[in-house]
Amino acid sequence: MAVLVVADHDNRKLRDTTHKTVAAAMALSNEIDVLVVGQGCASAAEQAAKLDGVRKVLVAESDDLGRMVAEAVEAVIVPLAASYDAILTPATSAGKNFAPRVAAKLDVSQISDVIEVVDATTFVRPIYAGNALETVRTAEPKMVLTIRPTAFKPVGEGGSAPIETLAGADAPRTDFVGEEVVKSERPELGGAKIVVSGGRALGSSEEFHRVIDPLADKLGAAVGASRAAVDAGYAPNDYQVGQTGKVVAPDLYIAVGISGAIQHLAGMKDSKVIVAINKDADAPIFQVADYGWVTDYKTAIPQLMDELSKGPVS
Amino acid sequence: MKVLVTVKRVIDYNVKARAKADGSGVDLANVKMSMNPFDEIAVEEAVRMKDGKAGTHHAGGAVTDILVVSIGPSQAQETIRTALAMGADRGILIQSDIDVEPLAVAKLLKAVVEQEQPSLVLMGKQAIDGDNNAAGQMLAALLGWPQATYASKIVLSADKADVTREVDGGLQTLGVALPAVVTVDLRLNEPRYASLPNIMKAKKKPIEVKSAADYGVDTASRLTVVKVSEPPRRQAGIKVTSAEDLVAKLRNEAGVL
Repeated sequence: MAVLVVADHDNRKLRDTTHKTVAAAMALSNEIDVLVVGQGCASAAEQAAKLDGVRKVLVAESDDLGRMVAEAVEAVIVPLAASYDAILTPATSAGKNFAPRVAAKLDVSQISDVIEVVDATTFVRPIYAGNALETVRTAEPKMVLTIRPTAFKPVGEGGSAPIETLAGADAPRTDFVGEEVVKSERPELGGAKIVVSGGRALGSSEEFHRVIDPLADKLGAAVGASRAAVDAGYAPNDYQVGQTGKVVAPDLYIAVGISGAIQHLAGMKDSKVIVAINKDADAPIFQVADYGWVTDYKTAIPQLMDELSKGPVS
Repeated sequence: MKVLVTVKRVIDYNVKARAKADGSGVDLANVKMSMNPFDEIAVEEAVRMKDGKAGTHHAGGAVTDILVVSIGPSQAQETIRTALAMGADRGILIQSDIDVEPLAVAKLLKAVVEQEQPSLVLMGKQAIDGDNNAAGQMLAALLGWPQATYASKIVLSADKADVTREVDGGLQTLGVALPAVVTVDLRLNEPRYASLPNIMKAKKKPIEVKSAADYGVDTASRLTVVKVSEPPRRQAGIKVTSAEDLVAKLRNEAGVL
């Protein structure tokens, strides 16, 4: 079986979601090629060539590909599909955008958000916001899968695959108008080892940033938020952790003033260690927390900051 | 211009879904069902476009006709009726007692689009039951139309839609030439509750009931569901009572600091 993995990257660097998707591909086959579509993405392609288990890297560039416009990405992948039995990409906002177009053009059902490869045709995926897991088997002539990266361990970078250049593609009926990229010195929420999240209990945007930001910076953590905090305007939307936001699985997740609605738990319950700080002892977040501290964050966070200052943080 | 909006009848957003004990699916017996919340946002946006609400369109981009399409059991007529009460004009139900996979949904919608010739198809970004996030993109691909997914703002003109999209790491704005498919995200708007007079008025609005066979589309499942199970439960851990206690446990017991 030959597998094509469509890489996730920012044109300069590969994101580790790609490493994790290659890991999922290795459960299917040892003939794995990686496709890097972008613009000015040579360094990302070179990094892809180092991924363990990769046979070769294909690169296609254009302005529209640099912005991951779905019609352009589809136009590059579909002609390649004849050479592959499966096409995998991480279930990021870009992957979720173009993968179904490819599946439709190939007249096959897509399997979205795969969290486990059972065998070469059987996969597990969450449904109903993660409240149930569905095991599905496909008999399609080709498979199109999006992979939930947090469910797989990244492959290493010890390889040296050849790189081939393909023709780019455009999306003639779509214009790029603009973008707002959130700039942050902090690690990216999806890939951070530690995440500190705030909830509606923080009460205001000022309070959210006053309390959560210094704790996150002390721990070298990414900042997240519950949907309630985002909807109330305390935190920007790209902080949102949950069914309708990002799914994270860091080593340590610290929930501050978050009650633990089902929709939030769906986005963080696979974290290795969960800490909950909430003054409501009945908050559902305590049912999933490894360490619960029933207390007011107003006094708890300063104490926690002091305590962390006393010892080494590695 | 004409806008086609899709709606799906799904488990209510506030109800926790549970896998059946025999692993055959999710237990929907006696469970409250509602319109998929993302679809509600799509209907609301279409109605705002028709009402000429500021920010939704430029000159020439006015919406005159809102067609609501649902694929599902006969009870999905209630879901269409809800959309009509919100302000849509007419409905089509493609009746199906089996759950139709996104690819077949896209094929059915393509057939409706070819008959109805809308300038814009508005859909929820995903249904909260299957969580596939695929039907809109598949429809756009089958039609050869441009798409703009995860919309948090839409401004319609006579021949294009400027759509601000919620993407990882920020926002991206694309101008898609019409006709196009746009799928909507949570932040686009807050859907209205239908007023009693509008609920009464909606009872008189037409709903056509069709079948997949009417459109010549095979809706047989391509995937086999082997089983549906409960996710592994996380055990509640222990309570700590001080910062000292917590940090010591994170360093020594959990080893994450």
